[in-house]
Amino acid sequence: MSPQSFLDVKDLKIHFPTDDGLVKSVDGLTFRLERGKTLGIVGESGSGKSVTSLGILGLHKGGSARISGEIWLDGEELVSASQEHVRGLRGKKMAMIFQDPLSAMHPYYTVGDQIIEAYRIHHDVSKAVARKHAVDMLGRVGIPEPSRRVDSYPHEFSGGMRQRAMIAMALSCDPELLIADEPTTALDVTVQAQILDLMRDLQREFDSALIIITHDLGVVAELSDDILVMYGGKCIEYGSADDIFYRPEHPYTWGLLGSMPRLDREPTERLLPIKGSPPSLINVPPGCAFHPRCPYAERTGGKADTEVPALTETEGGHLVRCHMSPAERRALWENEIKPVLETQ
Amino acid sequence: MFTYIIRRLIGAVLMLAIVSMATFAIFFLVPRLAGATPESMASRYVGRTATEETAKLAAERLGFNDPLIVQYGRYVKGIVAGADYDYGAGVEQCPAPCLGYSFITRQPVFPDLMDRLPITLSLAIGAAVIWVLLGVGIGVLSALRRGTLFDRAAMVIALAGVSLPIFFTALLSLQFFSYGNPFAWAAQGGYYVTFNDSPVLWAYGLLLPWITLAFLFAAGYARLTRAGMLETMNEDYIRTARAKGLVERKVITKHGLRAALTPIITIFGLDFGLLIGGAVLTESAYSLNGLGKYAIDAITNQDLPKVMGVTLLAALFVILANLIVDLLYAVVDPRVRLS
Repeated sequence: MSPQSFLDVKDLKIHFPTDDGLVKSVDGLTFRLERGKTLGIVGESGSGKSVTSLGILGLHKGGSARISGEIWLDGEELVSASQEHVRGLRGKKMAMIFQDPLSAMHPYYTVGDQIIEAYRIHHDVSKAVARKHAVDMLGRVGIPEPSRRVDSYPHEFSGGMRQRAMIAMALSCDPELLIADEPTTALDVTVQAQILDLMRDLQREFDSALIIITHDLGVVAELSDDILVMYGGKCIEYGSADDIFYRPEHPYTWGLLGSMPRLDREPTERLLPIKGSPPSLINVPPGCAFHPRCPYAERTGGKADTEVPALTETEGGHLVRCHMSPAERRALWENEIKPVLETQ
Repeated sequence: MFTYIIRRLIGAVLMLAIVSMATFAIFFLVPRLAGATPESMASRYVGRTATEETAKLAAERLGFNDPLIVQYGRYVKGIVAGADYDYGAGVEQCPAPCLGYSFITRQPVFPDLMDRLPITLSLAIGAAVIWVLLGVGIGVLSALRRGTLFDRAAMVIALAGVSLPIFFTALLSLQFFSYGNPFAWAAQGGYYVTFNDSPVLWAYGLLLPWITLAFLFAAGYARLTRAGMLETMNEDYIRTARAKGLVERKVITKHGLRAALTPIITIFGLDFGLLIGGAVLTESAYSLNGLGKYAIDAITNQDLPKVMGVTLLAALFVILANLIVDLLYAVVDPRVRLS
């Protein structure tokens, strides 16, 4: 076993018992992340991305969720840790940036008050000191006139400014792990790029580990060192950004790449959407969860709907969960998928 | 913020003018439309032995023959500058603010109202403190313990609270707490000592009416608070507050309750304003001589100036309460200040 990483998630399962049955939102997820590195978690809505991030923060504790597995953060195990202990780490050691900053910030408190609050939870300082820190943070995330804007309310900010403020709040206690859940989804395209640049700069400055959760491959292409593709609560492909973009092996990843709009394509050409819709997490399809939507399901010799494929390494840390053999997948990618994606 | 206050103030004054017109119309225009003559309306002011002749004279003296708009102007002038009422045998002064003069008790209405107001106010304030604390407290606990025995029991009791009429709960509490049974530590009806004389006896005398009134309102507030809390505790900003590492108690009070309270403030303003206008049933049940009982007595005696006076005063309180709610709203929710 290699020495432990900064963040080490092992066989994480987060299940929710409901009246309709057990919802297996996250079902055996394993990954690791070092300081200064970025992991992109990609998947459709309902694939378990957000549940994973909330799980790492310990926000499912005390609720109805059944959590098992291990989450090691800087040598500490969080799944078995007490609620109060994890609360103490939240905001300080690990922080989160949420999708829609308008609803994620309290409408009744000024932006400054919310940053001051975040800072003072973990630092025993006066309000004046915390306020100075808040102004400082707002300046660092690129908000003009921070000493004036600190007294504005979230609704007085534009969408991009709000997300900057949200980032300032998340970074106010200098967290070592930063999780961004769809940080740019609610923003204009022009603002998206600014926010991504900002996050990259800040990550370098703070040397924090960053997890970006998104359904947008463009976002992870911009930032990620490694990419984890989730489907039906499981990791179906994991690898470096190069692996995922240049040597993807899972049909679902091919689908994601095919449905990504690109500027260099002709506008008359159609995207290649993935057929069907994401699986219900209560009745996950038997066998490979993706098989009902997989165009290559017949090639598995009847195993597709009976046997859950294992996550196996093909080469150099590139993991794929697929019944097809690596050679067959690579042949498909080189001969059928790649040419189509490139000529498009 | 400043223009917001000014706008609300102007709105309140306009509203008051409209209410005074409407009230005046109800008491002076509607009877005329229904066939009353100036004489028949004046006859009420001259006693039971009125002849046609005296009624005619009285109608002339009291201005019932003037156009309605003139009569209304005189009424408004009386509020601002006071008025004199000539009832034949002499002139009665009604100093400003004159809300009319009762010829039955030979008293200007306004001082009467001011005598009664402290009682109603005591009743309303005490009850309000109890019901807000109790209602909001139970509502929050119910929301946080949704589905538990506590939640279900509280909501059943709350349902009973909103459903049971005051005259029933009042009699029940009188039965339980007084008239020589083991719980007879509360005062019986009709007991009122002013706060200045003795705060302790003041509270002692009002305890049962407070509880009765508070039970009715607390029930509604508990249900409202519960619903509001269930909604706000699912908001994204609550998740953010937790993600910051805030202790749960503060997440609930500072972030959850703060937002859930906004609709409660609105309802509270309306309820409280209405209540100062007279808690009719509670005051009757406990024989408290507040505005509500004053109104009932005035209606029973067909003492029109009194009825009109108490109506106007009650309207004033409702408008004032609304004004305060509006201003408070802007303090509580910064988004209101913009629009």
